[in-house]
Amino acid sequence: MTRSWDEGRRRRAARLARAAAVCPERWVDPARATALLEALLEPGDRVCLEGDNQKQADFLAGALVRVDPGRVHDLHLVLSVLALPEHVELFERGIARRVDFSFSGPQAVRLARLASAGKIEIGAIHTYLELYARYFVDLTPQVALVAALAADPEGNLYTGPNTEDTPAIVEATAFRDGVVVAQVNERVERLPRVDIPAGWVDFVVRSPVPSAIEPLFTRDPAQVSEVQVLMAMMVVRGIYAEYGVDRLNHGIGFDTAAVELILPTYAEDLGLRGKICGHWALNPHPTLIPAIESGFVRSIHAFGSELGMEAYVAARPDVFFTGRDGSLRSNRAFSQTAGHYACDLFIGSSLQVDLEGNSSTATRSRIAGFGGAPNMGADARGRRHASPAWLKAGREARADPHAVPRGRKLVVQLLETFREHMEPAFVERLDAWELAQAMGMELPPVMVYGDDVSHIVTEEGIANLLLCRTAEEREEAIRGVAGYTPVGRGRSAAAVENLRDRGIVRRPEDLGIDKRLATRDLLAARSVRDLVRWSGGLYDPPRRFRSW
Amino acid sequence: MSGAPRRTPRSFREATARRRLEGVLDPGSFREILGPAHRVTSPHLAALDLPVSFDDGAVVGQGLLGASPVLAAAEEGGFMGGAVGEVHGAKLTGLLRLAERERPAGVLLLLDSGGVRLQEANAGLVAVSEVMRAVLSARAAGVPVVALVGGGWGCFGGMGIVARSCDAVAMSEEGRLGVTGPDVLEATKGVEELDASDRALVWRTYGGKHRYLLGEADLLVADDLGAFRAAALSLLSARREPGLEELEREHRHLSRRLEDLGGFSEATEVWRAAGVREPARLPGLEPEAFLRSVSAARRGDR
Amino acid sequence: MERLSFEFACPGEPAPPAAPVVVGVVASGNLEVLVEGGGPPGRCRLVVETSARGFGEIWEAVLRDFSGRHPLSGLSVSVNDAGATPAVVSLRLDQAVEEYLRRP
Repeated sequence: MTRSWDEGRRRRAARLARAAAVCPERWVDPARATALLEALLEPGDRVCLEGDNQKQADFLAGALVRVDPGRVHDLHLVLSVLALPEHVELFERGIARRVDFSFSGPQAVRLARLASAGKIEIGAIHTYLELYARYFVDLTPQVALVAALAADPEGNLYTGPNTEDTPAIVEATAFRDGVVVAQVNERVERLPRVDIPAGWVDFVVRSPVPSAIEPLFTRDPAQVSEVQVLMAMMVVRGIYAEYGVDRLNHGIGFDTAAVELILPTYAEDLGLRGKICGHWALNPHPTLIPAIESGFVRSIHAFGSELGMEAYVAARPDVFFTGRDGSLRSNRAFSQTAGHYACDLFIGSSLQVDLEGNSSTATRSRIAGFGGAPNMGADARGRRHASPAWLKAGREARADPHAVPRGRKLVVQLLETFREHMEPAFVERLDAWELAQAMGMELPPVMVYGDDVSHIVTEEGIANLLLCRTAEEREEAIRGVAGYTPVGRGRSAAAVENLRDRGIVRRPEDLGIDKRLATRDLLAARSVRDLVRWSGGLYDPPRRFRSW
Repeated sequence: MSGAPRRTPRSFREATARRRLEGVLDPGSFREILGPAHRVTSPHLAALDLPVSFDDGAVVGQGLLGASPVLAAAEEGGFMGGAVGEVHGAKLTGLLRLAERERPAGVLLLLDSGGVRLQEANAGLVAVSEVMRAVLSARAAGVPVVALVGGGWGCFGGMGIVARSCDAVAMSEEGRLGVTGPDVLEATKGVEELDASDRALVWRTYGGKHRYLLGEADLLVADDLGAFRAAALSLLSARREPGLEELEREHRHLSRRLEDLGGFSEATEVWRAAGVREPARLPGLEPEAFLRSVSAARRGDR
Repeated sequence: MERLSFEFACPGEPAPPAAPVVVGVVASGNLEVLVEGGGPPGRCRLVVETSARGFGEIWEAVLRDFSGRHPLSGLSVSVNDAGATPAVVSLRLDQAVEEYLRRP
């Protein structure tokens, strides 16, 4: 008996044959989108419905929700971000059964309810790069439904500033006999540039309503608090200056926005321009404009774009990755790779940290997922090239002087000791354990593991976990910056003083920080209008951020 | 490379009430009256088991402006939205009565208020009316009273009326002036009348630039303590004679304005009718560029 | 509202007689701190009116540590609090004392 080696091609041909009966052309009438999907899809198919962190194939999601569940059911959905109500509806209607994803944001509560009700099987929650990796191994989509800005008559796609995940999705699908359907905002005769060649795309449909991007990476400087300014000063002086951090990623938040906004002032006064914060894996944060204009920033590679930043980015080609057409080219897979291997530091916030330094944003009633944090917030053990920051961190972490020396990535958790409503951020046991139990997960969903964390920064000071040699020291160091939370009040004052002598716990005064400077006056920009001024009028803030 | 910092180093809007007074008056000249150490707090809020403030959200006192003696008050918008309660109002009224007796070079009112403090009900209403009467009384006694409006809370309700009862008003574009505030307007008249979440619309309607163009504000200044100080100096020397002739003149002006502009429903329409060539660009202009663009179009009666 | 009073031994330097200082605003998540001298020698008195009930233990710890940082005999501190976190409370207390010591 001979085995056939082109089963994939034959199935693809069968799908296309069924589709041809419904849509004879490559350009599809929007009114036929649902019929096309009913023809293409088979029960149990693995489908990637492009849900990036920012860009969503929303028209195709809507078309998929309207398929006849009698014909198309039990699909296995693979997607980065489960953001749309339609995504959840697919499971409620039985069109989809199983999901592998990375982040769920707005649908976190509904997802938890579906999981409790048994209407959805969660394969696993991944970090972005991990999910893309599996598109090339065991989660290759049979059908990919993607989003682009424009297509030409042949079917070449322009994904533009928000290219994001599309190349990873399409490459995996197209080169394994999958079918690629793209929704676009417009059809043009000639594209600004070709991001995805027509040969990898099977169908294109013009969405009647253009797909919109949410401004997820814009933080109004007016909301940055004095405590956040103080913590930002500690980060700049106690970590960036100390280690010479020149290549980094900032997780999004007001606390990291505060760091970005004090570079042209506090960091400039410390003589750090040219020594820190030169190369970034980062979306175009409006709050980084002053640092760019001040000459701190040499390069930024972006995961996606940001609404309102298009003209500014296009006018700064020396800093951003832009095409010959002048517009930004983003690529989440490559940016995540950059964040993993080519950055010396990741810094981000969290909701909860335990006594080992494990950090999680999981709560009992929400399945939110991780996004890119686990990838960024992890030591890159495959890394081999050296940098001063990496070597210094490695030396500090080296417990056994006779072992082979290694470098170490700086992974910083930045958080105030209390959250809103006086909820402590430091806990003995993460809520993630409860969530895991309630949802039947194999492991508690930890975002950043304690043994990857190098520093914890709170309003009380910096705990350097690299220098800790035992679990007890690590726990005491964490208690030493956990403020007045029950965890912090459980500290041994003597032990913390000892850690302070050894530089494991450092208070602002130990870092030479004058707390009187910790005011909003230290921010290079204090309003969105200030950011516009810094950009010379190029930054065009979305409506909700403007009062003019 | 753009080099120099673009932030406003001495933002009026960002400053607390006390810091505004320190920045507007001659340095070191401010002496507070009934300051926080006196603990004259609101009995009404205490009765409602709500937090009080040691100065009830109003800072009043005396100082110098260009070496001339003035009395000055500043509202703390962060406390209860700057809303006026019995004590807050009494401090403003007391200051204005002191002005009547002492005849300083003028009174400066740095207003940042949503109007009457509803929690204090009638006491709040009465307090605001007394402030209105006290402003007019001080003016009748020959003391100029000038309002400076540039805080984040705006100047609304009864305090909006107080502002326009003064000799003059200086505003920054960040400031807002009105009677019924945007949220109340939307709640009572619907979102079609005014979408309070449309911040650009709110500022086109209540903000300093529009008020200046309509003639409600006498000066439009940058969001800067020094700019407000300069405005106060210039407005104190330009007081108006609050007699019958002045009142009739103002009524004629307002009737004409209503005739000419009453049919419009959007600020940009008003600006276009006033002769501004590119009305849509006005909100985005910096103060100096804005003033140049509208010099011919402004509807001042002075 | 909850009213909390504390008195700690402050054997340190006497608080210089200066004009009272107030910092902060009674807004959600914030607080107002009034610092005055002229209290009983050798002691530091602190009174807190707070809208967030049930955090007496944390207030005691925060204020005790503050008093340890600024052992000024005769200091009197009064607070109107609208739910500020310990981070903000400590910052305001330190700001208030710094300003008090700077005054003529």
